[in-house]
Amino acid sequence: MKRWFVGFSGVLLVVALVAVGCGSAKKSTPKGGGGAKGGTLTTVANAAPSGSPDPQVNYTLQEWQLLIFTHDGLVAFKRTGGKEGTKLVPDLAESIPKPTNGGKTWAFTLRKGIKFSNGQPLKGKDVKATFERLFKIGDSPNAGTWYNVIQGADACIKTPKTCDLSQGITVNGNIVTFKLTTADPEWLDKLAVPFAFILPASTPAKNVSIPPPGTGPYMWAQYAPNKQIKLVRNPDFKVWSADAQPAGNPDTIVQKFGLTVEAEVTQVENGQADWMFDQPPSDRLGEFSNKYASQVHVNPLTSTWYFAFNVNEKPFDNLKARQAVNYATDRAALVKIAGGPKLAVPTCQVLPPNFPGYVPYCPYTKNPSSGKWSAPDLVKAKALVAASGTKGASVKVNTDTTDTDKALGLYFVGLLNKLGYKASLQALSADIQYPYIQNSKNHVQFAFSDWFQDYPAASDFLNILLGCGSIHPNSNSSPNIAEFCDKGIQAQMDHAGQVGITDPTSANKVWAQIDHKVTDQAPWVAMYNPKYIDFLSKRVKGYLFSPQWYFLLDQASVK
Amino acid sequence: MAEFAYEPGPEVQLAAGESAKEISGRSPWRIAGRRLVRNRLAMASLVLFVLVVAVSLLAPFYAHHLAHTDPFTSNLSGTTVVNGKRVDVIQQGGGLLGLGEVPIRPTWRSNYFMGADNQGRDVMARVLYGGRSSLQIGVASAVICCVLALALGLIAGFFGGWVDAGLSRLMDLVWAFPVYLLAISLATVLLTKPGGLKWGPVTVDPASLWVPTLIIAVIYIPYVYRPVRGQVLSVREKEYVEAAVSQGASNLRLMFSDILPNVISTAIVLLPLMIATTILTESALSFLGIGVQAPNASWGTVIGDGQALLYTRPLVAIAPGVMIVLTVLALNVLGDGVRDALDPRAKVRVRE
Repeated sequence: MKRWFVGFSGVLLVVALVAVGCGSAKKSTPKGGGGAKGGTLTTVANAAPSGSPDPQVNYTLQEWQLLIFTHDGLVAFKRTGGKEGTKLVPDLAESIPKPTNGGKTWAFTLRKGIKFSNGQPLKGKDVKATFERLFKIGDSPNAGTWYNVIQGADACIKTPKTCDLSQGITVNGNIVTFKLTTADPEWLDKLAVPFAFILPASTPAKNVSIPPPGTGPYMWAQYAPNKQIKLVRNPDFKVWSADAQPAGNPDTIVQKFGLTVEAEVTQVENGQADWMFDQPPSDRLGEFSNKYASQVHVNPLTSTWYFAFNVNEKPFDNLKARQAVNYATDRAALVKIAGGPKLAVPTCQVLPPNFPGYVPYCPYTKNPSSGKWSAPDLVKAKALVAASGTKGASVKVNTDTTDTDKALGLYFVGLLNKLGYKASLQALSADIQYPYIQNSKNHVQFAFSDWFQDYPAASDFLNILLGCGSIHPNSNSSPNIAEFCDKGIQAQMDHAGQVGITDPTSANKVWAQIDHKVTDQAPWVAMYNPKYIDFLSKRVKGYLFSPQWYFLLDQASVK
Repeated sequence: MAEFAYEPGPEVQLAAGESAKEISGRSPWRIAGRRLVRNRLAMASLVLFVLVVAVSLLAPFYAHHLAHTDPFTSNLSGTTVVNGKRVDVIQQGGGLLGLGEVPIRPTWRSNYFMGADNQGRDVMARVLYGGRSSLQIGVASAVICCVLALALGLIAGFFGGWVDAGLSRLMDLVWAFPVYLLAISLATVLLTKPGGLKWGPVTVDPASLWVPTLIIAVIYIPYVYRPVRGQVLSVREKEYVEAAVSQGASNLRLMFSDILPNVISTAIVLLPLMIATTILTESALSFLGIGVQAPNASWGTVIGDGQALLYTRPLVAIAPGVMIVLTVLALNVLGDGVRDALDPRAKVRVRE
């Protein structure tokens, strides 16, 4: 998913597979939580989560971080830190079933005795209704791309209001069976994110103004976009799996809106708030280092920040021109913009470190044998520009107006001019930049973007961002910004997907080859993999960082 | 938004402390020049403004011959020599965690005199180059605005009838939009146009300084148009105009020989005030990222760059801010002096 804090307006989420503590300023131990219960955890954010609060529509880290302890899916990412946090465990289902029929049929048995926060018991019909609602609601962002494998979903996409998944989801007592049109190696991942969290069948099939009742330890008591979100304990919750849905510690969790990021820092420093959602501004980092080191936690993310070349627009329809810019890029300088080596790591490839399919690879550096970037090679870059015959071409460097992203764009304007191009900056408001650069009719040549994993699978980067199927001409939703489509590589991606159904280890080896082949074709300048800063008040105990959900708010203790 | 209302007084009035002897036999322009020169405050403001302009014009000299730097290119991995030691321009944060990167602080020497911004660029050079852009846009847009407003006000006031009604309603329409909303809307549309702006054979690069110049000029036309039109309506009824009409003078002659010389002082009085206003508008738009486009500098963009460094390197934002204050102050005081000189009984007030 795209970054969540672009103008606080958008986008998403999730995180790192990474070994916890790797590069952390303060090691975040997987053993957090378990602290004293009670009290109110007060958090602050610049604004309410962007878009509808409906759990089947909202696609922001900010809301997902709250939804995970108010709602449940059939399966869940284990609620812990470290690599364990990327493991799938049964949640509302008694166990994770083995698929049958070549990976196309999944039969889940629901646990008994679970109730929604409105007191209604969880039943099989709720599951079916939830997935039908996903289509009926009309604007769920990934319904048509993630859940279209359910039999009958195609008809739901065409006529959402009359969606009937009786063909694809059958309910027999406590057993819910999904029938898919094709085997999907990421099906379980897709069931573990909030789009697939189970809602009562009685939930209206329209956007709601506050998330409806769920089965988690908390429930939504208030959603005032201009003021605050308030979560209180769900009186009907009893722990059925501490791995999937542990009991929370604070009695109440509040998130207040309307503060500037600077003010958020000050409130946490003063103990008026316990945690700030937004990333701290760069001019406060020194203060963190000097005065509040014990309250700061830094964790690596499974995310890649990059500039995409449009391979269908001059001059970057030329492979040598794209490779030249890659060779010339001083990734250490870009890391400085990101806050320095403690907050970002240079990269040349699409997949982030510690991610399925990741094998270090960097051809665009001096001494490339180590697989890691060490220094730019300007001589080689200039030779490639000369060989490409693209010298003197005009290039518009597109980025957004947030400080870091604009600074990255400015760096590339200077670099491209140094290489002999005529570069200028096009900095657009963060709200419009991402849709703008996706639309092919805007003829964007070179554009900033970033990507955070939705779930730990290589296809979530490679296929979504660089697959032929992700190009939608003249659409604002065309995540393959580079418009890169290599039929040979696409065939290999399709093959890796099929292998992954039965043999994920072998599939990841194929994904590693794909990652390297794509890197050789240079549709991007991959810049760095960032790290995430959590700043907590002094009274917060039991910090736990999940690689999937980040800081687990409900596991912190304020008593 | 402040707006200007100019109420001209009767022609050829004595200023305070001025005798009839001093002005008799002299042209109105010479009288005005003499009055302006004798106004010490206005002259001090003029000197200050000229100084700001001169310093800004010296930007290339500072950048190339003193600081030896390129103020438009990132220098993130660069180094410089301070007190005989080579140091990084962007330095890693200290403390227990070593988080963040901080630009070099002011050296008060020829290189990085005011320190660096977050791209490792020399702030002093950026401020000086920024002055060139801000002044260029401010002066050009104010002149364009005044010339267009003068022409439109002349046409509307002279011809009256449907011409006046049409032009005046158009001006009312522009006036009705909040200035910054209109400017932001225009800039956003123009800046996102693929391939730049094309009007027939003319293509304007969205990064060109002409984009903010024209936008700012257009949005302020009604502010000058209204007093000019009012003045034309008044002058048109004067006896000497009626005399010219009775002698069969053409419309063009009436407009340019009889009316224009008597209303042009209105535009001249407003010009320094408009320059001050357009400089402020340019700075605001550039601060918001829709005026001067990076890597070009203006005072507004430099303040924008400094916003992220307020806690660690406040001078990055303060230096261009001080330049704006000095320039606008000088122009406002000078504008008052010009008004007093041209028309001592006129009243210029600012409506909030």
